[in-house]
Amino acid sequence: MDFLIFQAPILMVQASLDGILLGILFALIAYGMALQWGVMNIINIAQGDLVILGGYIAYTMYLAGIHPGWGVIVSPIIMFFVGWGLYKLVINKVVDRDLFISILATFGIAIVFQQLMNFIFGADVVVAQSEYGTTMLFDNSVTLPNSKIFSAFISLLYAVILVIYMKKSKLGRAIRATAQNARAAKILGVDTEKVYAATFGINAALCGVAGALIAITFTLHPYVGLPYTVRSFMIVIVAGLGNLPAVAISGMGLGMFEEFADYILGTEFRIGSVFMLLVFILVYRRFKLSRKREYLK
Amino acid sequence: MKQKDLILYTGLIILGLAAPYLFPAFKVQLTILCVLIVLAMTWNLQGGEMGYNSFGNILFYGLGMYLCASVQVGMFFPLAEWTESGGEKTFEHTTTQFFQGMGFGLLVAAVIPTIIAGLIGYSILGLRGHYFAICTLGLGIAAGEIAGGIEIIGAGQGFTTPPFPKDIVDPEARGKFFYFLSFIMLIGTFIFVKWIYGSRFKLILNAIRDNEDKAEAMGIQTMKYKIVGWMVSAFFCGLAGGIMGGLIGYIDSTDVAFDGREMGVFMVLMAILGGKGTLWGPVIGATLFHFLKEGFWTFILGWQYVALGVLIVVIVIYFPEGLMGWLREKYPNRFGEVIDEKDRKAQVELK
Repeated sequence: MDFLIFQAPILMVQASLDGILLGILFALIAYGMALQWGVMNIINIAQGDLVILGGYIAYTMYLAGIHPGWGVIVSPIIMFFVGWGLYKLVINKVVDRDLFISILATFGIAIVFQQLMNFIFGADVVVAQSEYGTTMLFDNSVTLPNSKIFSAFISLLYAVILVIYMKKSKLGRAIRATAQNARAAKILGVDTEKVYAATFGINAALCGVAGALIAITFTLHPYVGLPYTVRSFMIVIVAGLGNLPAVAISGMGLGMFEEFADYILGTEFRIGSVFMLLVFILVYRRFKLSRKREYLK
Repeated sequence: MKQKDLILYTGLIILGLAAPYLFPAFKVQLTILCVLIVLAMTWNLQGGEMGYNSFGNILFYGLGMYLCASVQVGMFFPLAEWTESGGEKTFEHTTTQFFQGMGFGLLVAAVIPTIIAGLIGYSILGLRGHYFAICTLGLGIAAGEIAGGIEIIGAGQGFTTPPFPKDIVDPEARGKFFYFLSFIMLIGTFIFVKWIYGSRFKLILNAIRDNEDKAEAMGIQTMKYKIVGWMVSAFFCGLAGGIMGGLIGYIDSTDVAFDGREMGVFMVLMAILGGKGTLWGPVIGATLFHFLKEGFWTFILGWQYVALGVLIVVIVIYFPEGLMGWLREKYPNRFGEVIDEKDRKAQVELK
């Protein structure tokens, strides 16, 4: 095979490193999705659009002359309230319903978000320059932008903070209790309505962090949200709900898959290959389960 | 058939035949309406009756669109050169070539997606509920992304379908041709779906929707019927796509053919708006939706997608049973449901 990547093995190192750093970012979004899926039993198609909105907050700061790196603190705070508001407006009406209802309703939200972002920030592809420079490895044959290292580090930091928060704090315990059995938690005095709102807010805040990181490492565009949703969905179905190490590992795996697909198939098939991978994973699991006469639930 | 029904159907057919003469300025809109009704009705067979909510029927629609146009061009001219010239009129179809190509193209556009649905059906239909929904969403979008990278069908640049033959001088002819084509398709679909509604097949689909495990335990080979149900959807989606491609005249991979953001959601929404699992629901839903959509596009241009998104949220949250479901709850007698008063009272007391 005469692909460039097999002729120059150093590119494999490049692709793997890129993929791992990218995958940690995906894992952060996926963790938010797993959280809301586990607690509220909804699938949020607007997840990727929340990410992009978070990115635009960092981009707005960049336009205002503030270093976009600070977006990782400001963006989640704003996004928490966006998530809270979204819950009060729409999501609270789909929590106890069929999952298909939540898929369609959040699809509607996604369309509204995309269009509003298109109005406010324009349809151009934008990027917030972080000017962190690059690190060269292996005699300058592997380049690693420092912003990617920064983004992976921040993602891990937020993940660790979240895990500790979920373990130790009162709200964290309430969220975990609600995820186990909402009715029992309610009987024992947990205000589940508040827990749901907080969960959705935390999810949106995680999206905000991820978005701010994407703004400095990659590019933003109002209509690129859906691939992020699908990536996080994929990570969640591979890793399961609430298994953080598995989420991180499958995130990295997905990142590496994407980078290799990018090199081998070409950039125009990158998004397509992500969606095809989703189909393959689902079909693979379906056949594996059907041997035991079970199905994905 | 009862006399009342006969009058209704005759009236509707006459209205349909007269429509392009009554509203000559809206021929394209009427054609799109016919296509939308077909899409909603066939989505409903699968989503409403079988309970397999698919976002991916757009796959067959887009496939039909590309296939019809490719066959129409490829039968007479080299396809690669046609797409390369990007719609520059280096080749020209004669009148016979155009109609021959269209007829054969529509046949291929209907048959190939049906075969593909049959081939992938066994793998995909083993998934249930929301996994099926997300998987088909992925399929539809992947198809669009992949089609956008294939050179021979125009890649990201798009594919211009053959223009209407110049020999026909009547300026109205193109609109009329596509309208009557889609109207015939609509009548065919309606007769077919109505036939299904009176058959055992529909009852089996309902059994699968209500409880697949029990249906299987009763000895129904559910997988077989699920695949057939999906193939039926695919057949009409492909056909509708072929006609739409010819009508629009230009195929783009993600904005026209595999347009999951618009058409893919529209067909779900129309069926839900009218009422899932009813014969007339999708027809009414599609008509109402088309009016709403055109209203948005005309009066609040720029904000149309915002309005559309809000509409989706409102329909899904407040009217998940649709118009027919709402009517059914209000006037159950009209739907042939007999309510036992004693039973109803007991139910109320239980609540």
